[in-house]
Amino acid sequence: MSAPRTGTVRVLADRDVCVGAGNCVFADEAVFDQDDDGLVVVLVEEPPDGDGVRRAVQTCPSGALRLIDG
Amino acid sequence: MSETTTAAELPVYMRRDGFDPAPELGALREGERVGRARSPFGVDVWVLTHHDDVRAALADSARFSNATPMRGMPGMPVPDAATLARMRAGNPLLADPPEHTRLRRLLTPEFTVRRMRRLEPRIHEIVDERLDAMQRCGPPADLISSFALPVPSLVICELLGVPTEDRAGFEHRTSRLLDMSVPPGERMRLQAESREYMARLVAREQRDPGEAMLGMLVREHGDDLSTDELIGIANILLIAGHETTSNMLGLGTLALLRHPDQLALVRDDPDAVAPAVEELLRWLSIVHTGVVRTTTTEVEIGGTRIGAGELVVFALPAANRDPDATTDPDRLDITRGEVGHLAFGHGVHHCLGAPLARMEMRVAFPALLRRFPGLAEVPGTAAFRSFHVVYGLTGLEVTW
Repeated sequence: MSAPRTGTVRVLADRDVCVGAGNCVFADEAVFDQDDDGLVVVLVEEPPDGDGVRRAVQTCPSGALRLIDG
Repeated sequence: MSETTTAAELPVYMRRDGFDPAPELGALREGERVGRARSPFGVDVWVLTHHDDVRAALADSARFSNATPMRGMPGMPVPDAATLARMRAGNPLLADPPEHTRLRRLLTPEFTVRRMRRLEPRIHEIVDERLDAMQRCGPPADLISSFALPVPSLVICELLGVPTEDRAGFEHRTSRLLDMSVPPGERMRLQAESREYMARLVAREQRDPGEAMLGMLVREHGDDLSTDELIGIANILLIAGHETTSNMLGLGTLALLRHPDQLALVRDDPDAVAPAVEELLRWLSIVHTGVVRTTTTEVEIGGTRIGAGELVVFALPAANRDPDATTDPDRLDITRGEVGHLAFGHGVHHCLGAPLARMEMRVAFPALLRRFPGLAEVPGTAAFRSFHVVYGLTGLEVTW
């Protein structure tokens, strides 16, 4: 695991692109959820920067997630 | 007994040496990077091996199409266009966007992480029932037929609403259907039988929709989906729902038995389980390639130019053992905590059932190891299967 990061990031999710694989929920369920259609819901739009949220973006198969550094 | 599964007639992307991809596949990745191979379909294909190439191509459904039918196989009768269309209907793996998007969106609500968590207690029950049965019968037991296969098979039966008494039939058909050493004509016939079986189940649900997923699809999407599409969807969910996870459970258990320190972590430390499952997915990469893609235009990958209309396979074990993506990639290390393996694919066709597969493995591995702390393989009984679309074991005797 890398060193803890500081500050917050802004999470952008494109629900038109999302394929509902659920990787983001596994990566960080404090920040990501799925609605009844299985599509991504961002629970915290500006979460603290951390491994979980980075992992969610990296493993998103559809490219629906983006981070903008706080 | 030799565990080398390398066979001259197997294409390089299916060759393994026990748990490892064959050395020549790694050599291709480190050398030319993109290679050519004769597929079991009797046609030449391009083989991508590098992690970044495979990931980029998997994400590029516009230039790498899943929807183009394979050209004929030697020895296999070529079905007419209407039959072919019926055989492919409803299978999201054989569709491109926007058709793929329409089919996938019908199914994503059924496989959310939250849905899978609701299923978790039932998965525990199914796992415990199988472990009870193993304990009653006593050692030795074949781990594949007594645990690795029935657990995911029973779970998908319940999820879809498939009668559990049909298990022996569909398990056998699926296993033969995906076995490249079975003559093409017989595989064609098995494919037709699978469809006929599923057509009967779908007809029953259309008359009297049940509470499980097939009934839901009929109730909520009966107007948007043709009967052929319903059959195709149900068929792929049933096949993908048991064949893949069962081989991860079988091969994964053997991998842990041969790495006892890591096995102990999975057994004793609940926090070790989730990363262990991800590492086993990466290291074992049981799906050799996924669906063969067809280029829709000329593409350049890793310095190689590939023309339009060419067949391309993604060598997932090579990509998941790429030293450019993973440190010391040939070592199994369930504590590495790295992410980004391609065992579930990537892009829009990323495994729909990944949340289910993860849940089943997170429940089953520790439950098995805790029930039988002295679990051991009977030497010489691990039988790796080479010719199958999904890599795994045909048998593994264990004692405890």
